[in-house]
Formats: sequence, C-alpha cells, structure tokens
Amino acid sequence: MSQELAARHGAWSDTPAPVAFVLQMMVVAEADVRKLLHDPAELFTRMLQPVLWLVVFAPVFSRTRAIPTGNLRYLDFMAPGILAQSVMFGAIFYGISLIWERDQGVLHKFMVSPAPRAALVMGRALSSTIRGLFQAVLVYLIAFLMGVRLRLEPWQIAGVFLGVMFGAAIFSTFSLVAACIVKSRERFMGIGQVLTMPLFFASNAIYPLSMMPGWLKVLAKVNPLSYQVDWLRALMVNGGHSVFGLGLDLGMMALALAVFVAIATKLYPRILI
Amino acid sequence: MTGLVRPAIETIQLTRRYDSLVAVDHLEFSAQAGSIFGLLGPNGAGKSTLIKMLTTLLPPSSGTAMVAGFDIVQRPADVRRNIGYVSQMLSADGDLTGYENLLISAKLYGIRGAERERRIREAFEFMDLTESAGKRVKQYSGGMIRRLEIAQSMLHRPEVLFLDEPTIGLDPVAKRSVWDRIRELRRGFGTTILMTTHDMEEADGLCDTVAILHQGHIASLGTPAALKSQAGPDATLNDVFILSTGASIDGNGEEGGAFRDVARTRRTARRLE
Repeated sequence: MSQELAARHGAWSDTPAPVAFVLQMMVVAEADVRKLLHDPAELFTRMLQPVLWLVVFAPVFSRTRAIPTGNLRYLDFMAPGILAQSVMFGAIFYGISLIWERDQGVLHKFMVSPAPRAALVMGRALSSTIRGLFQAVLVYLIAFLMGVRLRLEPWQIAGVFLGVMFGAAIFSTFSLVAACIVKSRERFMGIGQVLTMPLFFASNAIYPLSMMPGWLKVLAKVNPLSYQVDWLRALMVNGGHSVFGLGLDLGMMALALAVFVAIATKLYPRILI
Repeated sequence: MTGLVRPAIETIQLTRRYDSLVAVDHLEFSAQAGSIFGLLGPNGAGKSTLIKMLTTLLPPSSGTAMVAGFDIVQRPADVRRNIGYVSQMLSADGDLTGYENLLISAKLYGIRGAERERRIREAFEFMDLTESAGKRVKQYSGGMIRRLEIAQSMLHRPEVLFLDEPTIGLDPVAKRSVWDRIRELRRGFGTTILMTTHDMEEADGLCDTVAILHQGHIASLGTPAALKSQAGPDATLNDVFILSTGASIDGNGEEGGAFRDVARTRRTARRLE
C-alpha cells in the first residue's frame, strides 16, 4: 500500500500495531533528545549534586566508620547509591516538562496524534533513560577519579546501565503520574521536594537495610530505589553483592515500572482537563 | 476527501458538563465534507470544549459525534488517525527547528523515507517557510508559527482539520496569509475545516457555514449571507452575533470566559508577539 493510499485510510494503517507502538514511542523520545542536543546545559547542571555527595559527604562519613558496610569501603558502598540517587532526582522532576508542554500547547500535538497514550508515556520514559545514561557516564567518571573500586567488565557495565535505565524509567513515569494529579508547576515543585527525600532516605542508598529500624525497613522494601541500588551495588563495585538477589531486584524494578506506566497511561489525558 | 455523501462531522446530542456547569448542551449539527465550518461565540460559550471533544482530547459527558466517519467515543484512535488539529495555543515546539517540528509530526503519523522528505519540503514551500526551515521556532514570527502549525497538521493529509482560533493575536498581514493558506488547503486537498474564531471578517470571508454558539447551544446556524439577510437589511455578522447572544464579539459579553481560558489566550498572544 503506498503511503498516499495509507494516508487516505488513516495514519499507520499499513503498519502492524506493535511496530507502530515502538516507533511512536521512539518519536516521542526523539523530540526530547533533539531538544537536549540543542541545549545540553541541563545535563551538566545535574552533576553538581552527585559531585557533592561523592567528593564531600562520602570522605567525611568514611572517617566516622559508623556505618557497617561489610567488606566494602564506605566510598565504594555509597557510589552506586549516589548514582541511583542522581538518576532518581533527575527523573522525579521530569513531570514538570509535561506540565510546561501542556501550558505551551506542545502537548496537544502529541495527544491528538494516533500514538496510543501508553506509547506517549513510554516514549517519555525512554527519553528519561537517555538522560540517565548520560548521568551514569559522568558519575562513573567522578567515581573513578575519587578512587572508587569500579568493576569495568563490559557485562557488568551493561548491567549497571540496565539498572540506570530502569531507575530513570520508573521515577520519570512516577513523576508523570504526579504531574497528571497536581497539574500545576508550583504544586509539582512542592510535591517533587516532598517525594525525593523520603524516597532517598527510606532506601539503602547511603546506609544498609540492617541499620534501619523495623518500620523503615518495611518502607525500604517497598521502595523501588532500594532494588535499583541493590542491583547497582552488586554490579558496579568490586566486592559488592546483592542483598535481595539480582532476580528479585530485576523483578521488582520491572513490576514498579509496569505499575507506574499503567497508572500514568490511565491518568495521562487528565493533564489537559 | 471529495465524493463523500456523509457529513465530515456530525454531532449527536453531544454534551459536556463540568460539575453543575453545562459547557456544551445536547448539541446537534453537521459539517459537509470539503466545507469550511466556522464556530463563533463569546468566551465561555463552549467552543473550545466542543473542539476538544471532537478531537478526542476530552470525553463527552453524554451523546457522541461522528468525525471522518468514526465515533469519537467508540473509536477515538481512528478519529485521531484522520484528523489534524491546530490548538488555540502555539503547539509548535520553540526549542526545535521548523524542520524538526515537521519531522517529528511526520514520524508520529508514520510517514516514512522519501515520501516524508517530499511532504516536508512541499509543506515548507506551500507555507512559504523554506528559508526558515533550519531556524529554531522561537525565532519565528507569530504568523510564521501559525503557518508552520497548519503545515504540520496537514502532513498526513487528514480528512478533517480543526483550527482553534488560528489567527488569534496575528497582525492583519499575517492573518491574510493564514486565510490564503486555509483556502488553498480546502481547494488542494478537499479538506473539511472546522474553525473557531472571534473574528467576524474571518468568519464572513472564509466560512461556508457559521454556527454561533451561546451557553452551550447553537443560537444561529447558516451561511454568512443567509444569517445576515435574516438579521435585516445591511446587517453584518456582528449584528447577527449580538442578536444571537446578546453580546458583542469584541468583548462586551458578560461571560468573558473562565480564568484558565483567558490566561491561555493571553499566553498565546504573548508568544505571538
């Protein structure tokens, strides 16, 4: 079927639905990446926080020897947590771009397109993973310079990148859910601040689960960030291991992503109402 | 699309409520294929709500409509495949170039390869924007942005094109340029165009049929010439408007629109400056 003829039967009428879905998802991500390439400053400004944690906080805390990290130095224990945290902090504010694009009118163009809502949501998640990977490269570089004992085997690095992609996708879709509920930039900024700190501190990012009081341990075990950190700690640093098991880490990350994608897809049209 | 006997748009008891407010109240009208249908009404009359329902951005509270042969409630995805939409706000992305805006749109609608490049090139030529294709849209004038958006909405050759106040905030020269392109679209592609406007000259000169919406109902419907002759000798469309709504189009109406509508209109006007 020629494309002119396909156009007369409606867009994508000559393409299998799953293929169309993936391509539409990629277009959404492409739009975002193109904007990022025009103005990449955002990627570098995001680096300040992980640098502070790794350069200032970690060396000071290492001296206290108050946190039981097993056979890992505190710097090595913390580096995967800081990577996960920096990806989460970037992704959790991603929803504000949705509100901004709605206010600018840009979002309407995507919403009246034939792309299913789930493809729009997952396209944004994909775009967030690309930002996350860039952050991962920079955190790796800083960690290397700080003397973190990194594992540099290709499969381990690929595994770390997979964990980073999951984290970025999970927290960006979580952010989209929040954006669809609060709907205004001012309220979103408030909510973003409220969400990030509890997620960070109720996780194993900077101290192990074994140190936590019972109630906090329960929260940490339902926090997707804990599973992401656990996954990264096993794959990123020499001597690191998974407390939950890599299978459970991956399963929980996949489950969290599926839940947030489903909720965001359901709520997505509400952003315009 | 020529040769169709069914109306391109047909509403059936279409209703939208916001709590106790009935924005669109059991609306019944149809727009013939290949015609330009104008929707007039004071702010808050229900024009934007109606257009959002017809473009599937907003679900009706009750009733339905057929757009391009598909039910907006039962088959919204098919509707979206066959329509184009230019929102009242500026939907072109200022952070991307004109070319990138069209490229992303073409990809969203599954237009591929050489065909995609041909249509983009033709769209730039048609809208007289070829010289500016590589510039970021934030550097475009208001009229150029509107022409780009109309080009963007026509890339996939939709059967029905919705234009929500396409010339709001434009100077007279830019307005005429947009009007010329709308006429050429209808002539060249046989596209049915439904547009909302506050501009009497625009409605009179461009539209085959005009509906005046007031408090969610159609107060008057007909060709501009018929409506004027019914209103009396030497009556203008503005006279028809006043008779139908008890308000003047240029701002003496009591409704004035919701805060959000007014804010949106001002935002659009600012971006067009």
